[in-house]
Amino acid sequence: MFRSKKEFTAAFLSLLPTFIAILIFVYGFILWTIRVSFSAWVGVMPNFTFTWFSNYADIFTSERFQIDLWNTFFFTIFFLSICVAGGLLLAIFLDRKLKGKSLFRNIFLFPMAVSFVVTGVAWRWIFNPGMAGSPTGINLILSQTGLSGLEWGWFTQPAQFLHFHVALIPVVIAAAWQLTGYTMAMYLAGLSGIPLEIKEAARMDGASEIQIYRRVILPMLAPITLSVLIILVHISLKIFDLVYTMTGSGPGFATDVPGINMFEKTFRGNRYGEGAAISVVMFILMALIIIPYLLHSLRREKK
Amino acid sequence: MIKFLKLNIRQGIVPRVTLYAVLICASAFFLLPIYLLLITGLKSFQEVDLSTMWSLPKTIGLGSFLVAIEKLYPNLLNSFYLTIPATFISAFIGAINGFLLSKWKFKGSAIIFPLILFGMFIPYQSILIPLVQFLRAIRLYGTLYGLILTHVVYGLPITTLIFRNYFAEVPDELIEASQIDGCGLYGTFFRVLLPISAPGFVVVIIWQFTNIWNEFLFAVTITPDQAIQPITVALQNLAGSQIVQWNVQMAGALLAALPTLIVYIVLGKFFIQGLLAGSVKG
Repeated sequence: MFRSKKEFTAAFLSLLPTFIAILIFVYGFILWTIRVSFSAWVGVMPNFTFTWFSNYADIFTSERFQIDLWNTFFFTIFFLSICVAGGLLLAIFLDRKLKGKSLFRNIFLFPMAVSFVVTGVAWRWIFNPGMAGSPTGINLILSQTGLSGLEWGWFTQPAQFLHFHVALIPVVIAAAWQLTGYTMAMYLAGLSGIPLEIKEAARMDGASEIQIYRRVILPMLAPITLSVLIILVHISLKIFDLVYTMTGSGPGFATDVPGINMFEKTFRGNRYGEGAAISVVMFILMALIIIPYLLHSLRREKK
Repeated sequence: MIKFLKLNIRQGIVPRVTLYAVLICASAFFLLPIYLLLITGLKSFQEVDLSTMWSLPKTIGLGSFLVAIEKLYPNLLNSFYLTIPATFISAFIGAINGFLLSKWKFKGSAIIFPLILFGMFIPYQSILIPLVQFLRAIRLYGTLYGLILTHVVYGLPITTLIFRNYFAEVPDELIEASQIDGCGLYGTFFRVLLPISAPGFVVVIIWQFTNIWNEFLFAVTITPDQAIQPITVALQNLAGSQIVQWNVQMAGALLAALPTLIVYIVLGKFFIQGLLAGSVKG
């Protein structure tokens, strides 16, 4: 659509600042982080002595980072499952003529407008177990309703089963509280795009309501499920603020995640080389998921 | 017949009672933290006791809020000083980028766009160390300007994406007509596209405002000085402090959430649009 060389130059020059900024702040900085991860930088003053993979060896042999990876794994699985199942269920329930529909939708979605820091502060008090004999939070409700048998330490519990730290459960609940509404909104948008006639046709063929959802609606929602999963994995792989404010690292790193480990190693412990190595691992995990997705969705857009 | 069928299908097999029961239980779960923040914040200092933390206040007192405001007021201002310029600058640059990438396609724009887009998916931890070094080098480390610059740059992928999708819907004939009328590149942008881009701007501005206001990692890394910290960092410090009473922490949390909550309540429709746009058209 360019009519002249002058216009091409103008367009090119207008995109240039963004392009240069992204080139430096995203790609340049990532390369620089990789460089730092191969360095012996410990302490306030930068030190770029090349040490090959020694930082990576250090973090992968450290118990804390191994716990981090397991925690990320379990957190991701549970967080995604709850958000997708809960969001889909709420969307199906709301996708009909219903009194108070928009009120319900707004209630389920408002946590998205709130900072993870606020979420962390609120849920920390909700799950704060209190002392023996003077329970607080959920434990207080349990003891007052005669369910004191169900009281436990929540995020202060160091126990684990097969690398799964139970202290993660409250953190997963808080994260799901924040993002289930988002999943619901995505599914609602998808459901509203499915013509009523499709349901009617399936119904005419004698399909039950559950069959219609399982065989017809859910497959049509698959692209949305993919988008939702990508966004949620993206959040869970880099999660920092929610866990940092709600529980911190927890007892014996029970709720530690790579994001916290990286931040504390780098900016509290001045172990820049190791911090950079952790962030490179985080970057690689993310890139493995995001790059194929981006290519896939851009190719689809072209069609 | 058709009408009858439609009604029938919309109602489905789940009985109304079950439907409402589930929705109300879910609402209770979603409102629980807000309930706790609100009732705790409204209790007078004498009444604040962990053993009655779930009960409604007997008398309404604004004491906790007053203390929270007193402690967090400078940080609340910082958040506004940070969020407003960063939001508008990133929205404006995003509009120009979106316009160019949707309407002035040239060789290479098919490569440039995904390269820009990728920037919104990286874990920011992986650019944090060079970012701090860079801001130190240009003497913006520890300042709100440094934080504004950071939010503008890392906001560009999403603002560009939303505007690109928005302008893609504008018919090409409109651009061609303005070219025939003699408008150049910027003439077309300012006289033809900008006047019809208000809905796009609303979505982008709400999205950026919410994200920058709520952001924590950049803020805690780039502004170590308490006097210039945005409210999220100040709230985290308040909540981590042993000497600050928990009712003040709760009031502070509500205070920090209030601006974005108000935006959500007033402009919720646009907020949802941004939410859906932000997830890359699937």
